[in-house]
Amino acid sequence: MMKKITGSESIMEVLVREGVKIIFGYPGGAIMPIYDALHGYSKKITHILTRHEQGAIHAAQGFSRVSGKVGVCLATSGPGATNLITGLADAQIDSTPLVCITGQVPSHLLGTDAFQESDVIGISMPVTKWNHQITNAKEIPEIMSKAFYIAKSGRPGPVLIDITKDAQFEKISFEYKKCNKIRSYHPYPILNKNSIIKASEIINKSKKPLILVGQGVLLSNAENELIQLSEKTGIPMASTLLGLSAISCNHKNYVGYLGMHGNYGPNVKTNEADLLIAIGMRFDDRVTGDTSRYGINAKVIHIEIDQSEINKIIKTDVAINADAKEALVNLLPLLKSNNYKKWINEFKKCDKIEFNKVTKKELNHKGKGIKMSEVIHLISDITKGESIIVTDVGQHQMITSRYYKFSKPKSNVTSGGLGTMGFALPASMGAKLGQPNREVIAIIGDGGIQMTIQELGTISQFDIGVKIIILNNSFLGMVRQWQELFFENRYSFTEMKNPNFQKIAEGYGIKNKKVEIKSKLKNSIKEFLDYKKAYLLEIVVEKEENVFPMVTSGDSVSNIRLE
Amino acid sequence: MKNKGIYQFQSSEEKEAKEYTLSVLTENKAGLLNHITIIFNRRKLNIDSLNVSTTEVKGVSRFTIVVQSNKEKIIKILNQINKLIDVLGAFLYKKDEIYYQEIALYKLSTKIFLKGDIVEKIVRKNGAKILIIEKEHTIIQKTGSKSETQKLYNELEKFGSILEFVRSGRVAVSKSKRKTQNFIKDLEKIKSNKLNI
Repeated sequence: MMKKITGSESIMEVLVREGVKIIFGYPGGAIMPIYDALHGYSKKITHILTRHEQGAIHAAQGFSRVSGKVGVCLATSGPGATNLITGLADAQIDSTPLVCITGQVPSHLLGTDAFQESDVIGISMPVTKWNHQITNAKEIPEIMSKAFYIAKSGRPGPVLIDITKDAQFEKISFEYKKCNKIRSYHPYPILNKNSIIKASEIINKSKKPLILVGQGVLLSNAENELIQLSEKTGIPMASTLLGLSAISCNHKNYVGYLGMHGNYGPNVKTNEADLLIAIGMRFDDRVTGDTSRYGINAKVIHIEIDQSEINKIIKTDVAINADAKEALVNLLPLLKSNNYKKWINEFKKCDKIEFNKVTKKELNHKGKGIKMSEVIHLISDITKGESIIVTDVGQHQMITSRYYKFSKPKSNVTSGGLGTMGFALPASMGAKLGQPNREVIAIIGDGGIQMTIQELGTISQFDIGVKIIILNNSFLGMVRQWQELFFENRYSFTEMKNPNFQKIAEGYGIKNKKVEIKSKLKNSIKEFLDYKKAYLLEIVVEKEENVFPMVTSGDSVSNIRLE
Repeated sequence: MKNKGIYQFQSSEEKEAKEYTLSVLTENKAGLLNHITIIFNRRKLNIDSLNVSTTEVKGVSRFTIVVQSNKEKIIKILNQINKLIDVLGAFLYKKDEIYYQEIALYKLSTKIFLKGDIVEKIVRKNGAKILIIEKEHTIIQKTGSKSETQKLYNELEKFGSILEFVRSGRVAVSKSKRKTQNFIKDLEKIKSNKLNI
């Protein structure tokens, strides 16, 4: 007879069989049996004890974004589980595959307001791709294998599995079969060959086509196919925030980044293009501005794996409901060799305008103070655009997206759709653990870092070699910028009295430095990058910088402001 | 329809609000009702009526949902419902594409029947039937569309003594020849569980 193991040990066996080597979490009463089982599996599974459950889930996100694997985290019931919600919402909107396991009160206490009981299934329903409560250990193998399959297939997303404490103790005969089919779930839509033919005809006839690169290209590993397509046809490519790093910023057909604080050319030219080829992107309002004045001269081809995204914001002329890579592989042979030199030159002209009106002033200013853009520009130069860059949310995030010249795929980790302040520090820990041989640099504002600053403890305890830059302007800079531009300079609660970040880093035993003047910037950054372990570099930047270019919320992308 | 192509919008006529019936086939999973109603809630769309029942296929449930919406909005909602992992397929119907019924029960004071046969005539004229007669109250049952059950309500209300009124959610079957069993068999055959490259 087969040896029986507990539900908790079954969970460990599932993790091992799914190839999970690292998990993030925080223990508590209702998940203690699982933590007890984990103790016996410490040779196979590394557990990173974060300082808050939000830190655990953002770390799992960072891990997944750079490795392409499913991020796994553990939390206890009640407050442990509710602390995951922000991360779940973030992973849901940014399509990050996660499996989150939460403990739950014993099944006989469900619904009784027991200690640390919360309706996690109900609360997490709108922010998960799928969730399920296990009250019987027999369900564990099947449900857990479904969880991993659902999280990573199709358009990826977070899955939450809630397990009652009695199910964690219960003994079962464990047998595991990897899930590879669910009759009600069809993650890879069958490619419609006619739509490919129709798309190729439109592309071959177009005069001013523009490719919009979304994160779908990274998620489907279609970076090479995309480059082949662009090189064969000569069509220029622009990237969304989450699409950044899918193509090297130095590629000859790359024309910049889209959206509210994107580059001048790709925004303005969106309304001159006669064809938009959107690949794995979802026309977020930060990309489109006013949709009634978006792509006004363009036909739209939308390559998208999630059918509910098609026609959601922008009406398509040809919808290709498929995995990006599969679509591109099929599309490529039908496309004619071509070049759009004249059209690409128009983008280059825009780049010159942008350089003269924005970039030059930012990078060559005469002041003694430091601007955020020169910091990022320096880091980009020194690292040759090869590092993994993790950003938080706000001005520093937009500046980084503009000035860091990504040259390797899966190098941009940021909270795009949800815009979660506090994301970067924990996400950078996960990213470093996901790609230990790559340089991981977290760039964070003084506001955002204080939302999850406790994770310095995790970095210290587990010796995670992330490089942390605080761009400190003592303001919630992006909100301040809006207050200046749209609320008549009424700076309502955006100024910050900040702590001594050196002392905080010191308290955690993390090497640190503060730079306040421009002349010391370059050497400090070099020293920071040369250091092999965690390092916190605080850079005091100008207090009231504004990020330009900017498409005002609700305005047309054509009306992008340069000053 | 799950994996059966994408709805394309034709023109601005689709902005106009109309009555739509959604028929959603699902796995029998706890919490799915909540998941479906959240989708309507997010878009601030009121559900006029909702019915959940078993189907002729074991383990498969059918949600019948009636809403007033424009086509553009309802298709986006339909796509979101179709995206739910445990939904087998969601279908959208206009009134003329389905056979549908609702059932209404009217609790009246038995006294009003003693005054003459006028109430009884109304009941008969409306094709309703008297379900139960008790000393205190009488129950009338009427099956039909909402406007039909409402018409009877309005006529009875004139006598001022409807003690209780309740109307069920709509149940509907489509006019198409599709068999639920075959739909599910076809669904199981689709090779969309993994990438084909």
